[in-house]
Amino acid sequence: MEMTERHQHGEHAEGKATYFYVWGALIVLTVVEIYLAYNRVFPNPLHMLEVLLALSVVKSVLIIGWFMHLKGETIVMKWVLMGSLVMCLLLMFVFFVDAERILKLGTGR
Amino acid sequence: MADAVVHHPSEAGAFEPPFLGAYSKKIGMWLFLLSDSLTFGALLFAYSYGRIATTNWPTPFGQHSIINASVMTACLLSSSVTMVLAVLAAGRHDRPWARNWLIATMIFGTAFIVLHAWEWNGLRAEGMTLSIFPAIPHAEATEMGKQASAVPQFAGTFFALTGMHMLHVTIGVIYLGVLAFGRKWLPVMALAAIGTFFIPAWSTFHWLTYPIIGAIVVIGIILWLKPKQYDAPDIEVGGLYWHFVDLVWMFIFPLVYLMSTRIT
Repeated sequence: MEMTERHQHGEHAEGKATYFYVWGALIVLTVVEIYLAYNRVFPNPLHMLEVLLALSVVKSVLIIGWFMHLKGETIVMKWVLMGSLVMCLLLMFVFFVDAERILKLGTGR
Repeated sequence: MADAVVHHPSEAGAFEPPFLGAYSKKIGMWLFLLSDSLTFGALLFAYSYGRIATTNWPTPFGQHSIINASVMTACLLSSSVTMVLAVLAAGRHDRPWARNWLIATMIFGTAFIVLHAWEWNGLRAEGMTLSIFPAIPHAEATEMGKQASAVPQFAGTFFALTGMHMLHVTIGVIYLGVLAFGRKWLPVMALAAIGTFFIPAWSTFHWLTYPIIGAIVVIGIILWLKPKQYDAPDIEVGGLYWHFVDLVWMFIFPLVYLMSTRIT
């Protein structure tokens, strides 16, 4: 019953205030993204893409960890789910190198 | 092995293996979300590839589009909070408040769908469209539409990505409705299907008829085969799906909208 009790109460033990803090952080990060994009702080689209992706990863950690309660799950659960997801998504990054290479084709760079 | 199993309080006597330390419904949903994230991952990477590899990538989204998309983002983020509150209320067996928070989540989700479909109608009317879409009467191609049409893969990836996400949000609202109302939700969905069916066929709102009809059939079969009052674990599993939909938008919004912002 111990495991059940933990799942029923332990992983949701945070008060409501915590969820509102997470919500506030997500809103602030979204505003930062809008500011960066609208003011073209990084003129190079690749750099802008990297920064926006990094901010999106931070937001996704907040959503997965707190809203989806993954941080309250077992270590095995965390590793199986996030390990396989990150591995698969990282494999897709291989294509970005090719995307940048296409821009330089025939330019002698 | 009896001492190595997880008892779930809502299903007295149910034995489940302790693999991953969670009940099977939750593991099933996590695995589904894992596979779904790869679908969205592939679409997002395809979009980003095109964005980097195309020098004249259109930047058609002006202030109006960015404000609209920001409000949509706020709706989804707020819906995640109400969803968490629904899960908490269900965990303390407060059924009325769990239902209230589910309804609030559905309202935010519906607002997102309406804003998104409205935006699609506007973009298509301005000339940013696909050949498979029906023509909008009195549509007039604007500078934005011409710019977007110059790179065909822009509209293709935009509508594929945001359309896939809009479908997920629509399914999410229907799913939460089933959790909140059970079989009483079926006639409401039937009314919604009839309502959207009589919207002109060129409108994006009309297309919502088809997922709703599909959902009525699927949900009707499920509720007929296994009628039940949905409990706290069901609401928690539904919450996982809803947060995932929110999570995906956290990538679509910056990559699709903000990376294509028009500075005027």
